Amino acid sequence: MFTYTVRRLLLAIPTLLFISLIIFLLLDLAPGDPTAQLPLTIPPEVREKIRESLGLGQPVYVRYLLWLKQFLVAEPLHVFDTMFGTGFADGMQRVISWQTRSPVADIIAQRMPQTLWVVGLSYVIGTLIALPIGIISAYRQYSWFDQIGALVSMIGYSVPTFFTGVLLIVVFAVNLGWFPSIYDTTHVVDSWDAFVFQVRQMAMPVFVLALYNAAQISRFMRASMLDNLAQDYVRTARAKGMSEKVVVLLHVLRNSMIPVVTVIALGVPTIFGGAIITEQVFKVNGLGQLLITAIYANDIPMVQTLTFIFAVLIVLFNLIADVLYGMLDPRIRYD
Amino acid sequence: MRFRTALLGAVALTALTGAASAERGSDGQVNIIYWQAPSILNPFLSGGTKEVESASLVIEPLVRFDETGEMVPWLAESIPTVENGGVAEDLTKITWTLKEGVLWSDGTPLTAEDAVFTWEYCTHPEGGCAQSSYFDGVSSVVAVDDRTIEVNFAAPKPFPYTAFVGSESPIIQKAQFADCLGAKAPECTEANFAPIGTGPFVVTDFRPNDVVQFAANENFREAGKPAFATVLFKGGGDATAAARSVMETGEFDYAWNLQIDPNVLSSMEAKGLGKVVTAFATSVERIHVNQTDPNPSLGAERATLAHPHPFLTDPTIGQALSMAIDRSLIADVGYGAGGQPTCNVLPAPAAYASTANDGCLVQDIEGAKKLLDDAGWVPGPDGVRVKDGVRLSLTYQTSTNAVRQDTQALVKQWWSEIGVETELRNIDASVFFGGDPGSPDTFQKFYADVEMYTNNFAGVDPEAYMANWRCSEIPSPETQWQGSNMQRFCSEEYDALVDKMSQTANLEERGALAKQMNDMLMQSYSIIPLIHRGNPSAHAVTLEGVRMNDWDSEIWNIKDWSRAK
Repeated sequence: MFTYTVRRLLLAIPTLLFISLIIFLLLDLAPGDPTAQLPLTIPPEVREKIRESLGLGQPVYVRYLLWLKQFLVAEPLHVFDTMFGTGFADGMQRVISWQTRSPVADIIAQRMPQTLWVVGLSYVIGTLIALPIGIISAYRQYSWFDQIGALVSMIGYSVPTFFTGVLLIVVFAVNLGWFPSIYDTTHVVDSWDAFVFQVRQMAMPVFVLALYNAAQISRFMRASMLDNLAQDYVRTARAKGMSEKVVVLLHVLRNSMIPVVTVIALGVPTIFGGAIITEQVFKVNGLGQLLITAIYANDIPMVQTLTFIFAVLIVLFNLIADVLYGMLDPRIRYD
Repeated sequence: MRFRTALLGAVALTALTGAASAERGSDGQVNIIYWQAPSILNPFLSGGTKEVESASLVIEPLVRFDETGEMVPWLAESIPTVENGGVAEDLTKITWTLKEGVLWSDGTPLTAEDAVFTWEYCTHPEGGCAQSSYFDGVSSVVAVDDRTIEVNFAAPKPFPYTAFVGSESPIIQKAQFADCLGAKAPECTEANFAPIGTGPFVVTDFRPNDVVQFAANENFREAGKPAFATVLFKGGGDATAAARSVMETGEFDYAWNLQIDPNVLSSMEAKGLGKVVTAFATSVERIHVNQTDPNPSLGAERATLAHPHPFLTDPTIGQALSMAIDRSLIADVGYGAGGQPTCNVLPAPAAYASTANDGCLVQDIEGAKKLLDDAGWVPGPDGVRVKDGVRLSLTYQTSTNAVRQDTQALVKQWWSEIGVETELRNIDASVFFGGDPGSPDTFQKFYADVEMYTNNFAGVDPEAYMANWRCSEIPSPETQWQGSNMQRFCSEEYDALVDKMSQTANLEERGALAKQMNDMLMQSYSIIPLIHRGNPSAHAVTLEGVRMNDWDSEIWNIKDWSRAK
C-alpha cells in the first residue's frame, strides 16, 4: 500500500504539470482582455499600456514558465518565510492578481474562512443528514419515509441553488425578516449574540447547500444499503440470531459505507472550489465568488492559480479515496 | 395659516442648523452596497467605476462636478479662468491654488508637491496608469509654492480642466507612494489597498472584491463632517439583490447601478423603505451603421474603407431605419426611470445638446416606407426591399445583455415592417468590448452591418469625444483595429470642425461647434441614437443629502450625507 501511494504521488507530478499547462493554454487562447471591463472612456493607447504593465507583452511560454516559477518556488518560499521568519523569498515576484495587483495567495487565504465555514459546514451537515436518511430509506424500502426521502432528494438534486436560494431570501429575509439577505464577511464572533448572528447569517446558505449535498449522498447510501441487505451474509447474520440493530448498523452499514466514503471523499475538493452560485446569491464572498469575478475580469493569474489548486485537490482526494477504499475493504489490494 | 407656516419654517430652520452643527460621526454607520466590489482602492491602477467611486471617499481632486455638471472647487480655492488670470492668455498654463490648511488623514499638510508627484506617478511609462489620458498634453506640473500648482501644456488647451479634475484624477500622497513609481506600482499593495487621502473617510479594512470599511477622517477640513462615523462598503451578488437589500429588507442604505427590469424596481420601491434616484450624464445607447462592407468574401479587406457598404452609406436608408424605431417603447420596456429617448449622440450637458434632430422621437413607419419607396427600394416577393439586385438585409450585433436582446427584438420587428430583413447576433461583453485584434467579434472590427452599445465621455467637455469620429480614428488592419470611429464615418468638413474646436476657448462657441458636429453625425445617419441612459441607484428614505450625480463619483458628496432624525 505504501509503495502504491508513493508511486501514485510521483505519477501525480507530471499529471499536474500537464494540467497546469492545459489550463494556462486554455485561458490564454480564450478570447478576452483584462481591460475589457474598463469604461470605454479609457483610450486604447492607455489600455495597451495597462496590458503591458500586466506582462501581456511577453510570449506565452515565458509567461507560463514565469507563473510556474512564481507558484512553485516563490509562493512556497514565502509561506516558509512567514512561518519561520526567514528571508528566502525576498525580492521574488509572487503570483500577482491583475485585478487587485496584490498577491493571489493572500486573497485566497482571506477568502478561505468564509468558504470553509459555509460550504464546508453544509457538506458536513448534508452528510450527517444523508446517512440516516439513506439507511432508513433502504431498510424500510417503499415505506412512506422512503417515498418522502425520494421526493425531497429529487427536489434537492434537481432544483438549482439559484432558485432555492432566492426563494429562501424572498420568504425568510424579505417577508419574514428572520435572516439577513447579505452575508457580513467582516463579522467577528466574540460574544453569544455575535455567535447567534453568525448562525443566522449562515442558516440560509448552509441550508441550500446541505439540501443539495444530502440529496446526492442519501441516494448513494440507500442504493448501497439495498445492495448489501440482499446479500447472503445478512441472511446468515439473522439466522445466527443477531438483533436487527447489529445486523443493520454493524454488518450492513460497514459494508455499505465503502462506496459512500469514496463518494464523500471525492466531493471534498468541491468544498474548496466554493459554491459559485450559492456564494453569489447570498453574498458570501468566498472562493467561488473569487473565481467567478476573476473569470469575468479576465484575471488570468487568479483563475490559473485557483483552478490549479482545485486540480491538485482533486488529484489528491482521488488518491485518498483509493487508499481509503483499500483500507475499508480488505479484499482490495493494489500491490 | 401664515403663522403656522412661519412656525414650520422656524422648526425647519432649527432642524437645519441642528444638522449643520452636528458632531462628526454622530450618525453611526452607513451601509453601501456596490454589487461589483472594488478590487483595489487606487483608481490609477484600475480605472473601473467601482474602484474610482469607492476611492472617492478617501482621495479627492482639486475640483469636482456637481449633479448639473458644473465645476465645484474641492481642494482648490476657486476655479481658474482666463478672466481671473488663473488660465494664461495663450491657453498653455493653468494655475491652481490649494485651500488653506488641508491635511492628509495622517495629519501632514497637503502641498503642491503632492500634485506634482501624482502627475509623475500617473505618467510614468511603465506604470500602466489607467487615468493617464487626464494628463494628455501636459508638459509639466510645477509646485510654485506650497499651495500653488502650475500645470503647463505643450500646446494651447482650450479646456484646461482635465488634470486633477473629477473623480478619475485625484491627488495621491507623495510620502505614501514615493517608492511606488512605474513598474513598482503593483508591489505597493498596502498603499494601493489603503491610500491616505484628504477625503471625509479613511480606510480601516480592505478586502479585495468583498468589502471595505471606512471610518470618519479626524483631520477632515470641514468641521462636524462627515456625519457618519463608519461606512461599510459591501460588494458581491447582483443588481437585483442589491436593490432588494435597500428597498425590501432595509439592510443597506445605498445601492449602486441598479439596471434591472423597471417593473421589478418600481415594485420594490413601492414598499416605501427606499427611493430610486437616477442621474443622467452622457451615456447614449446607439446603433452604429457600418459605412464599410463587412462581407466575409472580402477577406482581409473586410470592413475597411476600401469597400464602402453597398447601401448603408446612403443616409436615406439610415433615416428610414431611424424613423421606424419607437424609442419611447424601448425606454419603457428596458430602462424605466433609467432611460429617456434621445435623438443626439451628444445629449448633455445642456450647453452642448442640439435640438435639431428631435423629430426622431416620434415613430413614423409610413414615412420610413415612403422614403424607401421614393429612393427606389421596392419590396420583393418575401417582403424584403430590393434595388438593383441588392437586398435590404442586415446583421445586427451587440453584447449579450437581456435589455439589449429585448431592444434587438423590437427593432427587428419594426425594421421588418418597413421591409428590412435583420439577422440578430449577440456576443459576450468581454469579447465584444475586449478589443482583441485576433477576435472577429469585437466592436472595433465591426463585422456586421449595424451594432449597438452604449458609450459616453468622462467629465463635461465633449472635445475629445467628438474627435472620436475623425477619419483618422477609423479602426483598420493598419491600426491593429484600434480606433473609436466604429461606423467608419469620414468627412473633411467634420475633421475641420474638430480642429476648430481644439483651438476655441470660448465656452459658447465650443457649444455651437459641438452641436454642429452632433448634427452632422446625426444627419449622416451613420449613428442612430436610441436612449439617453441614466444611472439608477437607490437609497434608504432615512438617508439624507444624496445628490445623485453622473458627472463625478455618484457618492461625491458623502461628507454631507446624514441620517434623518
